[in-house]
Amino acid sequence: MFNFGDVLDLPLIWGGLIALAVFIYVLLDGFDLGCGILFPFAGSDKNRSRMMNSIAPFWDGNETWLVLGGGGLFAAFPVAYGIIMTGLYLPVIFMLFGLILRGVAFEFRFKSSTHRYIWDGFFFFGSLLAAFFQGVMLGSLVHGLEASNRLYTGGPFDWLTPFSMVSGVALIIGYSLLGSTWLILKTEHDLQVWARKVSGWLLMALVAAMIVVTIFMYFSDIDALEDWFTLGRLPYLAPMPIIALIVFFIMRKDLTTEREYRPFLLTVLLFLLGYIGVCIAIFPYIVPYQMTVYEAAATDTSLSFMLVGAVIMLPIILSYTAYAYYVFKGKTDHEHMY
Amino acid sequence: MFATFMIDQLDALTLARIQFAFVVSFHIVFPAFSIGLASWLTVLEFRWLRTGNPVFAEVYKHWVKIFAVVFGMGVVSGVVMSYQFGTNWAVFSDKAGNVLGPLLAYEVLTAFFLEASFLGIMLFGWGRVSKRMHFVATATVAIGTLISGFWILAANSFMQTPQGFMVGADGLLYPTNWLEIIFNPSFPYRYAHMMTAAFLTTAFVVGGIGAYYLQSKKHIEHRKHGRVMLGMAMIMAIFVAPAQVLIGDEHGLNTLEHQPAKVAAMEGIWEDERGAALRLFAIPDQENQTNKYEVKIPYVTGLILTHSLDGEVKGLKNWATEDQPHVIIVFWAFRIMVAIGMLMVLVGLFSVYKYFKKQQFSPDSKLFHRAWMMMTPLGFIALLAGWFVTETGRQPWTVYGVIRTAESMSPLAAQQVATTLIGFIIVYTFVFGAGSFYILRLIGQGPKPYTDPAEDNFYEHSVTEGQGRTLSGDNDPAGHTTKQDIDTPADDIDDGGLR
Repeated sequence: MFNFGDVLDLPLIWGGLIALAVFIYVLLDGFDLGCGILFPFAGSDKNRSRMMNSIAPFWDGNETWLVLGGGGLFAAFPVAYGIIMTGLYLPVIFMLFGLILRGVAFEFRFKSSTHRYIWDGFFFFGSLLAAFFQGVMLGSLVHGLEASNRLYTGGPFDWLTPFSMVSGVALIIGYSLLGSTWLILKTEHDLQVWARKVSGWLLMALVAAMIVVTIFMYFSDIDALEDWFTLGRLPYLAPMPIIALIVFFIMRKDLTTEREYRPFLLTVLLFLLGYIGVCIAIFPYIVPYQMTVYEAAATDTSLSFMLVGAVIMLPIILSYTAYAYYVFKGKTDHEHMY
Repeated sequence: MFATFMIDQLDALTLARIQFAFVVSFHIVFPAFSIGLASWLTVLEFRWLRTGNPVFAEVYKHWVKIFAVVFGMGVVSGVVMSYQFGTNWAVFSDKAGNVLGPLLAYEVLTAFFLEASFLGIMLFGWGRVSKRMHFVATATVAIGTLISGFWILAANSFMQTPQGFMVGADGLLYPTNWLEIIFNPSFPYRYAHMMTAAFLTTAFVVGGIGAYYLQSKKHIEHRKHGRVMLGMAMIMAIFVAPAQVLIGDEHGLNTLEHQPAKVAAMEGIWEDERGAALRLFAIPDQENQTNKYEVKIPYVTGLILTHSLDGEVKGLKNWATEDQPHVIIVFWAFRIMVAIGMLMVLVGLFSVYKYFKKQQFSPDSKLFHRAWMMMTPLGFIALLAGWFVTETGRQPWTVYGVIRTAESMSPLAAQQVATTLIGFIIVYTFVFGAGSFYILRLIGQGPKPYTDPAEDNFYEHSVTEGQGRTLSGDNDPAGHTTKQDIDTPADDIDDGGLR
């Protein structure tokens, strides 16, 4: 039937598409997980309602990108999906528990009056758990997985390293910054003032976290580090800290002004820089340092069949997602939404 | 410790199977309910737009809240499903990924995003978009649920009746014809049977609650809503319940052709049998390959399956014991499903009778309304029982005749699987309990009087004043001063809850 394997580099295209889906997920669910992490610190119940309302229409759609990331990995690189999910078994399941608790907290909080504090607690705790374990998964992937014969061969706690713990904390800080700059964009008055203040602190914390992650990476036993030197990838990575530093200073200035959009966009840029760094570090592996995208790819006919769907559907999905965000543009209030 | 007990008693494979059965059974209830509710809400909103009768809008706005809870639980339990294949069934994912992966990817691309994006507008868009656009959003969500069902049932049906592929030298499945894969022999039957089941399950929930509003002394002001709910549900019971019996019969014949061992287990037939009897009761004994305590009616099963009195039905002994499904589960789940289906048809007949006597909404029709109330949860049980029949009946295979369940699992220790299984049981029990509590409470509260979006006080119930005016370009409306925004403790007490 469909087979574009002769004319297109299908594994590379699909690796790119999945990387894109994961990045969109990180940004979109990042700001709503971030709102969840900041939730208990917002000062008043009214502010908490505003925070919740600012993300309530979007969280379903945001989380769907995670399903696309997981489903896409299964479809395009089945063997990699199996190895990664087995290797990161516990972090994945803990992340899912976090997502479940915070997801239902959305629906239940709107319907609860006396028990609302319980759902506030779950919303915070679930968001924190999900963010932390996503960071742990990222750290473990950069660290690398053991596999042979198309199966995971490491132990159940291989993911438990100082480096992955540090990445977990770093992602919590990063998501919080996405959340706080999102709130600058979507709220006004005292909550916005608070969000600006918090963003300033988080920005400092994020820079500190990035430095700590780099130091840990340097001192941990990541085999791939040698590859980076030998393969000459450092020149690609070198400009990143410089750009990040420039972004940092622009943003610090922005947070003292009335700017509403730019802090969020600059945070997105920071995430993009970090993400590109991770992609350069891992490429061309899909199971880091074990299987490349070419070794793990599904057969060409499967990749071609899906590519037809992705090429047609992704622009449509992006346009109606944009429409949904457009419908709910403007500032959010604390009142009940429906 | 419970975990230690489980590990002593069960191996990793059994634990992984229990875990999958648990999370998928929990999950399927919600999408099935969402499929039915989304389509029903679409019809309801259509009727409102056509007639302008506020009762329809009130019922819609009430049920859309229940829909939100159901859909939310479906999303979170569904995210779990998309990772279960990798975490617990890595070898299966590797072997079948070439074929099943694209089907699931298509489900995400064509359905999940559609549902999730328009759900936001459906739930929060009142007053932000036009009534017509809001209807389009509801209909889009409903269509999304039907598309989603299409792909996931195509994938499931492929696992039951695989075709359009070949097995490579490496043991992996390779697709040869996508149309054959998607439209495999059992797919049309399974899709029709499942979608109809989703509609019926929902109809009996809606009708049961409508009957409750008609009977309850606490809900005198909700009787008009109860009439709409029960009336629409009665149509489903009268016409769709009998149709489901026919669809189910066709599905059974299709299974007989492609998976005869499953049918033999459903019927509890061990030896080849001419004029096969219908076993009303039996305790299948797999070890001795026979039934205990049989109560049977001669010829009936033979008649149903072969449409002749002396047609032969193959017995389970045609398959080696290691190729037989677990008979007692399949046998009893099948009986539960069929019994509930028959009850649904009977309630449909009762409804016809009451309709012609014009007593269907009369509070004096106590027995009639009680019957509907009793039926409320049964659709879910029938639905789960049906899935137990088809999934347990597929065993010991994950892809029927191609990949064995025992050869599908990830290399995990029993310890890991037991721990996460307990985690899932705790989290799901808690989430399901809370979800049921809120749904029951919403039902207890009943629909609220409808106010038109054009009127100011509408915003109290949906989008806020400030937001509504932002749309018209005014960012800081006069009536919405910062003073009111400054939080006072007194303000916080009853703020934002369900009004």
